[in-house]
Amino acid sequence: MTQVSMRVDGVSYTDDVEPRTLLVHHLREQLGKVGTVVGCDTSNCGACTVHLDGQAVKSCTVLAVQADGAEVTTIEGIAGQGAPGAALHPVQKAFHEMHGLQCGYCTPGMIMASIDLLNENPNPSEAEIREGIEGNLCRCTGYQNIVRAVQQAAGEMSGAATTDTLGAQA
Amino acid sequence: MTVTEDPATQATAPEKEIGRARLRKEDARLITGRTTWTDNMVLPGMLHLSVVRSPVAHARITNVDVSAAADAPGIVAVLTGRDLADEQGSIPCAWPVTPDMVNPGHPSIAVDQVNHVGEAVAVIIGRSRTAAADAVELVDVDYDLLPPVLDMEEAVREGADLVHESAGTNTSYHFVFDAGEAGTGTDTDQAFADAEVVVSRRFINQRLIPAFMEPRSVVVQPQGDNYTMWSATQVPHILRVMLASVTGVPEHKLRVIAPDVGGGFGGKLQVNPEEVLALLIARRLGKPVKWTETRSESLMTAHHGRDQIQYIDVAADREGNVKGLRVRLLADMGAYLRLITPGVPALGAFMFPGIYKFPAYRFECDGVFTNKVPTDAYRGAGRPEATFAVERIMDELAVELGMDPLELRRRNWIQAQEFPFTTVAGLEYDSGDYDTATQQALELVGYDELREEQRRRRESGDPVQLGIGFSTFTEMCGLAPSRVLGSLSFGAGGWEHASIRMLPTGKVEVVTGSTPHGQGHETAWSQLVADSLGVPFEDVEVLHGDTAIATRGLDTYGSRSLVVGGTAVVKAADKVIAKARKVAAHLLEASEDDLDFTGGRFSVRGTPGTGMSIQEVALAVFAAHDYPEDVEPSIDADATFDPVNFSFPHGTHICAMEVDTDTGFVKIRKYACVDDVGTIVNPIIVEGQVHGGLAQGIAQALYEEAVYDADGNLTTGTFVDYLVPSAADLPHFDTGNTVHVAPGNPIGAKGVGEAGCIASTPAVVNAALDAVRHLGVSDIRMPLTPERVWRAIHQGGDGGDRATAGSNAYGGAQTETTAGVSTPASSLGGDR
Repeated sequence: MTQVSMRVDGVSYTDDVEPRTLLVHHLREQLGKVGTVVGCDTSNCGACTVHLDGQAVKSCTVLAVQADGAEVTTIEGIAGQGAPGAALHPVQKAFHEMHGLQCGYCTPGMIMASIDLLNENPNPSEAEIREGIEGNLCRCTGYQNIVRAVQQAAGEMSGAATTDTLGAQA
Repeated sequence: MTVTEDPATQATAPEKEIGRARLRKEDARLITGRTTWTDNMVLPGMLHLSVVRSPVAHARITNVDVSAAADAPGIVAVLTGRDLADEQGSIPCAWPVTPDMVNPGHPSIAVDQVNHVGEAVAVIIGRSRTAAADAVELVDVDYDLLPPVLDMEEAVREGADLVHESAGTNTSYHFVFDAGEAGTGTDTDQAFADAEVVVSRRFINQRLIPAFMEPRSVVVQPQGDNYTMWSATQVPHILRVMLASVTGVPEHKLRVIAPDVGGGFGGKLQVNPEEVLALLIARRLGKPVKWTETRSESLMTAHHGRDQIQYIDVAADREGNVKGLRVRLLADMGAYLRLITPGVPALGAFMFPGIYKFPAYRFECDGVFTNKVPTDAYRGAGRPEATFAVERIMDELAVELGMDPLELRRRNWIQAQEFPFTTVAGLEYDSGDYDTATQQALELVGYDELREEQRRRRESGDPVQLGIGFSTFTEMCGLAPSRVLGSLSFGAGGWEHASIRMLPTGKVEVVTGSTPHGQGHETAWSQLVADSLGVPFEDVEVLHGDTAIATRGLDTYGSRSLVVGGTAVVKAADKVIAKARKVAAHLLEASEDDLDFTGGRFSVRGTPGTGMSIQEVALAVFAAHDYPEDVEPSIDADATFDPVNFSFPHGTHICAMEVDTDTGFVKIRKYACVDDVGTIVNPIIVEGQVHGGLAQGIAQALYEEAVYDADGNLTTGTFVDYLVPSAADLPHFDTGNTVHVAPGNPIGAKGVGEAGCIASTPAVVNAALDAVRHLGVSDIRMPLTPERVWRAIHQGGDGGDRATAGSNAYGGAQTETTAGVSTPASSLGGDR
């Protein structure tokens, strides 16, 4: 067992882990951060994407010991701590408003990857969005509304007016 | 308690909810990570299961040594097939399509023989997930190898090696539908004998994997002689009934809960071996247990879909009037029959004629056993295969006749004024207008400009050629009329159930037997009830997926939820209103006949300012201080809806495809479709369903194929090899709708869940062929990998198997899933 300390969604944790423990399993099984999920075992699907010191990583490809001393942000920590009525992150809000999810299993990873994409490229083209999230698989949506969501969030995060509202009502 | 609040001010009629683009109620928990996936579940004392799986496709088990595993740290027990043989029963098959169908039985865990790679041979029960997983390698199994049966055409030959020796055959059943004999068409042989033109083809509809994103997971908690099972399933109600019959746990002692479920696409319409094993082990140990699969296990052992060899002949005259259709299928069952394995191709039997007026039709299907994982439902289940075959052969016929493929279709499809139309397969198509949908799709795709560009590229000899492909499809949805299912020998009905509970505060609980896993029932059902009862959308809560709450139901598949389940909700609401009317009449001291009910309020006709809301009636019957003598103090109601007919969505899908003739790389340039799914309750949900279906149908055409090597190893056992498309692999979709209301249900909905998946595959392949047909290419096997396309262009044929042995792309290399098994064939290739 090895002791690791990390801040996850603003809370500090110190735990003993087996050296082989993947970050995603540490998050889910020891810290109860079950908002982050496992979708594959080859780092193809991206469902487990979290931010490690501000950068998107697939947490199934990172050992918990590699995150020692790091700041980890999961889907549960990006805004409002999930309380009813709490403010959403613009990307969360955009996924809701653009119907960018159906079953929702890929959604935490997809949102974390999209935030990272927008951090690096605040105004991506459709092609850049498609390339930017190609490490995250979704089986439900065909991606079109995910692309729309990222476009809307980009507009909102850069302060521009949103262009596509899908005619939707809350 | 009495009603003291003033009635709400007389509101103007609220906006109709049906048709409104409501954002989904489900999203709040899904976008914040506050979800209840089965694998999230942790119970005190919970044990973890890990399954030891066969690395060989076909063998007798001669010895299983579990001693090292049983002694490993953290291991509570290790059980083999022998240990569970007397109590495991057989995975049920609910669809014996013929009376003489051969069903060898399907053990959840192999006892004497394994019949596909990945079949369970032992189960480790450990204190932790990792302890159980570690011990898998410590189980030592001796196998006496048998020859694997992998090729259907070889498997049905005289003297072929047998999957199940005791069955004496690899053919499970021979199913025939002959329209001449059924009285729905003329004699097929005669039609072909008289025909001026006959076109015959052999199509491969390859094996696919549903590949839902959430891996399967099951938790079982024993409480005395009661058991609660949480499972990532589409079908908690069916699972409960079937588990009771398989394991002997009485149905009333078993509660099944489908919590948040991460996609299904038919892949979670199953009674899984691991669900049976989890229940048996929880019963044996008296402890809660959990099993969650890895992705590799999922791809290798969860049921697959499709996998047909289709021999199809079409007869026509020289003017392009179709005269007959003849279909012979070899349908791969895999090693066993699971829940509806044999029924999938049989369901397709009725869809091969598509939207065309064939006077004669004959369908024959052999269900064939192979040493592969069983096939079963995958999005469309029989209908994509049928649609692919008919839409491909119509293009081939057009080429043979020198006709425009759309003109040929138009000449033969059912005209708008001919609905309802009874087809040669005996189905009564309900409503539609194929011509209008096609016109709209042509405009949406920009057809004339694309044809012009195609001409330019062809004339200039551009290495990148352009093709345009069509699919004018229909499907049968709203599964299903119970009597029809009975006539097809299906083991259950097709009704759906709903309850509406009017709570004292005026809030409404809607209980549905249809179990969502991404479809948005909580939102759409709220819209239905808000309209029916005139209550706010926000005041409706939809409950589902727990057999103790939704006590009756037949779950979600076959584009049935809105058509059948939604109708049950509407009918329950009608009953609530009827019951509330009696109470309201009593309280308002008026005759029932004098009450109007609009916008959620009962009012006395001709007496402005009087009235009460249905939510106030709910409070009044809760208090029950004052209600009519002859009624019970409740306005709650149940309804069960059994449709009389299927519904028949239709549409026109058009794909424009670029094919690089130098590299074989194909790229969808434009994709447009106009679907008629009847009344649209929520347009954003409908559009989302179409998008997702398109992605999966296009993926069949271009990317996905479950490949087995010569030894029966699945070589596409990870997402590295099984190519679920990413955002970068798919185009933008231009979608539209026409609306012809379904006459068979009060909502008017036809179903949308499978449409995109059923329609798109042939449009994509037809487009690719249209781009290169002038180069002598008449077929390319799916998926259209660059290698296949290049070979078809430069070497002729259909591009062949996915890769030839010895080439880099050949899937015979040893991977995680094939480790330890090597033959001359598998050692030939691969650089992974």
